Amino acid sequence: MNDAFAKNRPLAIEARGLVKHFEGTIAVDGVDLSVPEGAIYGILGPNGAGKTTTLRMLLGIIEPDKGVRTIFGHDRPHDISRLIGYLPEERGLYPAMKAYEAIGFLGALRGLPLAEGKRRGRELLERHGLGHAAERQIRQLSKGMAQTVQLLGTLVHKPRLVVLDEPFSGLDAINQGKLEGMIRQLADDGTTVIFSTHVIAHAERLCEGVAIIAGGKVPYAGSVDDARDRIPAQVRLETHAREGQWRGALPADARREGDYWMFSLPESGIEPLLRALIEGEAGILSLSIERAGLHDAFVHIAGEAAARALNEHSVDGAE
Amino acid sequence: MGRLTGGADQQKSRLNLWQAAFVIARRDFRAILFSRAFIFFLLGPVFLMGVGALSSGVGSQIRAETADPQVGVAMSLPDTAAMLAAHSVLDRQLGRALPPMAALEVERGDSARLILEEKRGNYAAIVTGTLAEPIMTGTQDQLNALKGRIALIAATANDQAPRQFPKITTQNVATSGASQRSGRVVTAQIGQMLLFLLTMLLAGMVLSNLVEEKGNKIIEILAAAIPMDAVFMGKLFAMLGVSMVGIVLWGTVVGILAGFTGFDLGAVPAPAVGWPLFLMLGVVYFSMGYLLLGSLFLAIGSMAATVREVQTLSMPVTMLQLLVFFFASYAMAKPGSPMELAAAIFPLSSPFAMLARAAQIETLWPHALALMWQTICVAAFIKAGASLFRKRVMHSGPQGAKAKKRFWQRKGGNNAPARSSTTP
Repeated sequence: MNDAFAKNRPLAIEARGLVKHFEGTIAVDGVDLSVPEGAIYGILGPNGAGKTTTLRMLLGIIEPDKGVRTIFGHDRPHDISRLIGYLPEERGLYPAMKAYEAIGFLGALRGLPLAEGKRRGRELLERHGLGHAAERQIRQLSKGMAQTVQLLGTLVHKPRLVVLDEPFSGLDAINQGKLEGMIRQLADDGTTVIFSTHVIAHAERLCEGVAIIAGGKVPYAGSVDDARDRIPAQVRLETHAREGQWRGALPADARREGDYWMFSLPESGIEPLLRALIEGEAGILSLSIERAGLHDAFVHIAGEAAARALNEHSVDGAE
Repeated sequence: MGRLTGGADQQKSRLNLWQAAFVIARRDFRAILFSRAFIFFLLGPVFLMGVGALSSGVGSQIRAETADPQVGVAMSLPDTAAMLAAHSVLDRQLGRALPPMAALEVERGDSARLILEEKRGNYAAIVTGTLAEPIMTGTQDQLNALKGRIALIAATANDQAPRQFPKITTQNVATSGASQRSGRVVTAQIGQMLLFLLTMLLAGMVLSNLVEEKGNKIIEILAAAIPMDAVFMGKLFAMLGVSMVGIVLWGTVVGILAGFTGFDLGAVPAPAVGWPLFLMLGVVYFSMGYLLLGSLFLAIGSMAATVREVQTLSMPVTMLQLLVFFFASYAMAKPGSPMELAAAIFPLSSPFAMLARAAQIETLWPHALALMWQTICVAAFIKAGASLFRKRVMHSGPQGAKAKKRFWQRKGGNNAPARSSTTP
């Protein structure tokens, strides 16, 4: 757990040692999380890793067997229900309700007066290009439209914390892009957003912090940057000369991949190496330093098996 | 747990239990009111009255077509004639207290026993012998029932009983203790029956009340936003509101019809507490009866995952309702008895028993006590139902290694129940 990420920042969510069993099977095993206010935070892991259970415990939908959690300092999430918006993984709306009514109803559950919720519902639908669907019943909407309606219902009461469980699943690429934009906008407005995903690309593009979860445990929770920095940057070198004195200057882990040499950035930095290559007449054609991606960090932290599971589910999913 | 570090917001920000229940109730009320199910609910009493009228018509028809069993007289010709004449005289005095009687010719080699055993004719018993020593043949229960009356007829036929009766002058009074009591029992029965029919109409709808939320996955959103107790309360009160709309509509229809037909409520025996209070208590006890049974059925129904499971549950639930109704009806016949007290205390039968009490006994304080008790029970039932739902359906609460394993789990695990789809 990397506490430096959340240090000296007010926390929207703090969890310590959350444990949950189902029918004797451990689903979540000692999860610790610190989510600073205003951050976009991802819970990253393959299906069945315990992401949804963790979110449900944070929201008070289910009580943990052990451990403590607070949302904005409160240990009973229902007490601050108005401050929270939640989009569950299994989407659901009353099919007979009209789109704007559904948004109003979701707002009313969080304490927004129904009339105000309906008014905002129409406004939000208009703003997101669904004004024409405001009077339509949910059962008459496409899956993507219904999903958008539910997301708007999650936001209608202007929560300070938005919890989204697998928000990108079931959306096409265009709508995924729109959703990413909405999440960024929320964070810009000071809202804390926490979402679960099994697609690393979303977490990498959006998140300031991540918790990597596998087998119910969280081997890493902290900033995305720190996760990536756990693996040394990779150097990619292309030279004119195939052989020469300069070869002796390459680090021990250097390997040939086609026309390129690949190796970890030496601890001494790039300058001494550059000097040796020039003096050894390597004839540098190109040299780039590539920082490790979140995927590499995930493999490094959670292991190959978890990464394989993540990749399989990403391929199986709609992304 | 105390506050952890961080920028905590101390302001509590949520709907209270009643507000949250109102949000659910408002949604459900409107959804049910504008659904086809409400039309069927409204028509429910018509179906019930139709079935009632049909069964009563069929019953009368059967009674009309089935001749009453007779007593056959197979004495000597003069004795038989004397018996029939005495029957005719006594029948005028005693009304329908005497069984129909007919002369019966017994041929040589035949006997009363043989005629009855071979089930010839429609005879309950056959009288042979003489007027001084009549012999009666029949089954034991018929003999027990008819012996005294046949003896009276034989004595009259034999000139041993008066043939002349004095003329009695009658004086009519509007009521008496006995007629008031029996009248109030009728009112109590009608009240209980109406209460039972109304709650029965609602049971099926309440059972399936949470299936929609579970099927549409809305339950997760509700559970995240408001306490489950509020969901249960909201659903119950929505159905209560719907049934009140039904009662008002039907009440209006019945009132209009009564006005047109000139029906006088005074013709129905007045309940002990008077009509206005009785009607008010009727509405209150209906609400309580519905809330008590409804909270139980809602909890049972919430365990069902599909409509098919709900249908399976509806039969035992109807049986349970019938049992409660029979218990309260049985107790009603014995006001002030321990049985009646038990029916008034047992939460599910309490509203039925107390309404019957209101029809029969004037004292009011037991009603205040009963309503308080019923309110406590409603709250306890809702709490228990919501808690059960959280544990069994939402899988909340301790379920870890400490949780006691069930017998099928102890044996090996192949038969362990599958995890719910709501778990990740």
